[in-house]
Amino acid sequence: MSHKIVSKRKLSENVFTAEIEASLIAQAGKPGQFVIISINSEYSERIPLTIADADPEKGTIRLIWQRVGKTTAELADMKADEKIANVVGPLGKPTHIENLGTVACVGGGIGNAPLLPITKALKKAGNKIISILGARTKDLLILEDEFDRISNELIVTTDDGSYGRKALVTEPLKELCQRDQKPNQAFVISPAIMMKFCCEVTRKFNIPTQVSLNTIMVDATGMCGGCRVEIDGKPKFVCVDGPEFDGHKVNFDLMMKRLDAYKDQEQKAYEQYKEHRCKIGLDK
Amino acid sequence: MTDEERQELLKKQKTDKLTPADRYKIPPQDMPEQDPVKRRSNVNEVATGYTETHARLEAMRCLQCKKAPCIKGCPVQIKIQDFVAAICDGDFKKALAVIKENSLLPAVCGRVCPQEVQCQQTCTVGLKFKDPTKAVSIGRLERFVADLDQEEIIPTVAPETGMKVAVIGSGPGGIVTAADTRRAGHDVTIFEAFHKTGGVLVYGIPEFRLPKAIVQKEIDVLTEMGVKIVCNFVVGRTRTIEQLMKEDGFDAVYIGVGAGLPRFMGIEGESLVGVFSANEYLTRANLMKAYDFGKGADTPIVRSKKVAVIGGGNVAMDSARTAVRLGAEKVYLVYRRTEKEMPARIEEVHHAKQEGVEFHILQSPKRVIGDQNSRVTAIECLKYRLGEPDESGRRRPIPIEGSEFQIDVDTCIIAIGNIANPLIRQTTAGLEFNKWGNILVDENCKTSLDGVYAGGDIVLGAATVILAMGQGRIAAAAINDYLAKKKQKS
Ligand SMILES: Cc1cc2nc3c(=O)[nH]c(=O)nc-3n(C[C@H](O)[C@H](O)[C@H](O)COP(=O)(O)OP(=O)(O)OC[C@H]3O[C@@H](n4cnc5c(N)ncnc54)[C@H](O)[C@@H]3O)c2cc1C
Ligand SMILES: Cc1cc2nc3c(=O)[nH]c(=O)nc-3n(C[C@H](O)[C@H](O)[C@H](O)COP(=O)(O)OP(=O)(O)OC[C@H]3O[C@@H](n4cnc5c(N)ncnc54)[C@H](O)[C@@H]3O)c2cc1C
Ligand code: SF4
Ligand code: SF4
Ligand code: FES
Repeated sequence: MSHKIVSKRKLSENVFTAEIEASLIAQAGKPGQFVIISINSEYSERIPLTIADADPEKGTIRLIWQRVGKTTAELADMKADEKIANVVGPLGKPTHIENLGTVACVGGGIGNAPLLPITKALKKAGNKIISILGARTKDLLILEDEFDRISNELIVTTDDGSYGRKALVTEPLKELCQRDQKPNQAFVISPAIMMKFCCEVTRKFNIPTQVSLNTIMVDATGMCGGCRVEIDGKPKFVCVDGPEFDGHKVNFDLMMKRLDAYKDQEQKAYEQYKEHRCKIGLDK
Repeated sequence: MTDEERQELLKKQKTDKLTPADRYKIPPQDMPEQDPVKRRSNVNEVATGYTETHARLEAMRCLQCKKAPCIKGCPVQIKIQDFVAAICDGDFKKALAVIKENSLLPAVCGRVCPQEVQCQQTCTVGLKFKDPTKAVSIGRLERFVADLDQEEIIPTVAPETGMKVAVIGSGPGGIVTAADTRRAGHDVTIFEAFHKTGGVLVYGIPEFRLPKAIVQKEIDVLTEMGVKIVCNFVVGRTRTIEQLMKEDGFDAVYIGVGAGLPRFMGIEGESLVGVFSANEYLTRANLMKAYDFGKGADTPIVRSKKVAVIGGGNVAMDSARTAVRLGAEKVYLVYRRTEKEMPARIEEVHHAKQEGVEFHILQSPKRVIGDQNSRVTAIECLKYRLGEPDESGRRRPIPIEGSEFQIDVDTCIIAIGNIANPLIRQTTAGLEFNKWGNILVDENCKTSLDGVYAGGDIVLGAATVILAMGQGRIAAAAINDYLAKKKQKS
């Protein structure tokens, strides 16, 4: 059973979104959950992507991805009506959603995509939402409008000051924590390094912080242990115990090292693919 | 033994009446295999299989014992002496038919059954030589007739009953349950989490031991019989068992999801880059074909120079031999007991040694050591000695204090077993489990829920292919019974 791409669009230089037919997943998926996809059957890599949105009636899910390597690049080159061979899910534990009062939702880079459905659900549960979105530069900022619609307050930062405030997200986050009415909880999804620093900020203010980890995965059903991280010094599997964890307990340094385990090989594969798409004229 | 000597012996079978003493004199027929040096760099099957001459000579070694003690050793009670006699007579079709009465996957079991602790352990010939490897090579004979069977016979399917059966997991237990319930005319669907069917037979056991084409052939037969196969479907996530039964109209369910989660040792440094569970290492290599990375396959795998594999079972042997094939210069197998206690098949131990795997027995890692980039550089081990036998009857390994030493490695593969995957447990109310998380079943493989059956590794803990298959058979028979009664009532 393959899955048709209903529509596909570019959101920024390296970020893409597509709506994909997957009716059972659209029905069962909850905020915080993800799918594993592989483009063809025999040789393709299995990669995890968050369910950014779902339309159970239409039977579709939305994926948002950043082009970082071979598989995400290949996916970016696909067009509407083409088919993805395998889409499995929904995987992982759903986010625990309740009315906590005021919550800070912090997204960095592509992290805004997985953060959006969670923020929506938190809003629906009655929380006051303060969103902080960070990007390296203006062109890389995604989903600002969507967050604007559901946030009581929205703060945007860029590293280079090309848009919003020139700062790292940790700055406004710290200010939030210093307010009289500090957030009751924070949700942070971003590159690992940024989650690490956000957690250092919130730890000082004793604000419980949920992070969503993006480790390398193979099966995503708990069978291989490749996705394991250290939580409080103990190994946990991101695909079945997570992907969300108490950020104050995560060993981010080790996680980042594990993410780089295949860096050289992955770069080579990406280079090869770029050469290939150049040859077949996809670049034009 | 030369070919001429073989032919000579074969003639005898036709003319002379052989006495047991004559039969004992026939040397055990070795299985031809790929040269150990060559096979270090390919993933083709190691043992290439008996020729007709080998097979008939090996079959001649069987004494046709009246009570056939071998049968008691086989978990599915194949009528061994009958199929072996048919091979003697050169009637291979009949031999296969006899086997298929009890086993649906002879090409698989002939290759991977631990015969030396099953059928061949109780074989009279083996007992005579006090060595199960000198028993009649029942597994090899089974494989021989199964491999000859080129045209696949599709079993007849009874008229449609209109009852629906869901089989969760496409491992050996699932395959057999699906075949047997479909034969009874039920509408059967297999739900598989992976994009490929076959369970451990495809993602765990490597190509060089069990060619994937053999498993695919069995799956193709299921499809021909009208079994529906839905891949990429994680029961408990995509749909729950309750939804399958209450909303999707399934009348009975077989749970054959296997063991699942890999066990780690709980030692320092186990999350360093370069430490893998055997499951991950083998899945990357087998299912994702990572050995072809850069030549088509997109899933990478470490290219290690020095590898330590921890464990002494089949999974450890498969990991070590896969590492050899991926180009490792040194592969160490680190096991805390001695070779005698190793649970792996004797043949795999033998093959691993031939391929250059170095055995480090009576040792076990205490911690994994890494560099500033968190990459593995060595394991620190303790030496062990054997104490009194424990509950399993094997002598207990006892660490020798102060015996620490290091082995330099860049990769460490942990192959010390699996624990039950909790997904079904977390998502199925009313299903009962033991304290290790294995599903509790009665002698018919029925669980605590009506219409729900289970078997294989999720019930037995770590089992074998043939045990999983046997349970599939039992469960299927019980499901067929249950559905017949259900139909009568309605
Ligand atoms: C639960 C979960 C949800 C995710 N959701 C999304 C999502 O919604 N959108 C999205 O764009 N990405 C998401 N990711 C990350 C995504 O899976 C990876 O970017 C993808 O696997 C990269 O595949 P590739 O073949 O294109 O690149 P690769 O060749 O595999 O990697 C290229 C480079 O990216 C880095 N990298 C590899 N894997 C990851 C990873 N998991 N996370 C971060 N960096 C990585 C490596 O350093 C590598 O050098 C998610 C990951 C997880 C675990
Ligand atoms: C490397 C290795 C080597 C081995 N060597 C031997 C050997 O030489 N001889 C021998 O007899 N035994 C061997 N075994 C053991 C043997 O393979 C198992 O005992 C046997 O495969 C168990 O069969 P099973 O029917 O329980 O299912 P499994 O083969 O475990 O398959 C279970 C299937 O269920 C799927 N699944 C899991 N969860 C879900 C879900 N929620 N929804 C849908 N599908 C799901 C899995 O993806 C998998 O495909 C070996 C095992 C391994 C790992
Ligand atoms: S199925 Fe296994 S145990 Fe039974 S006879 Fe065949 S090889 Fe022996
Ligand atoms: S026990 Fe051995 S010798 Fe006797 S019938 Fe069985 S296979 Fe033949
Ligand atoms: S990805 Fe294999 S256990 Fe999580």
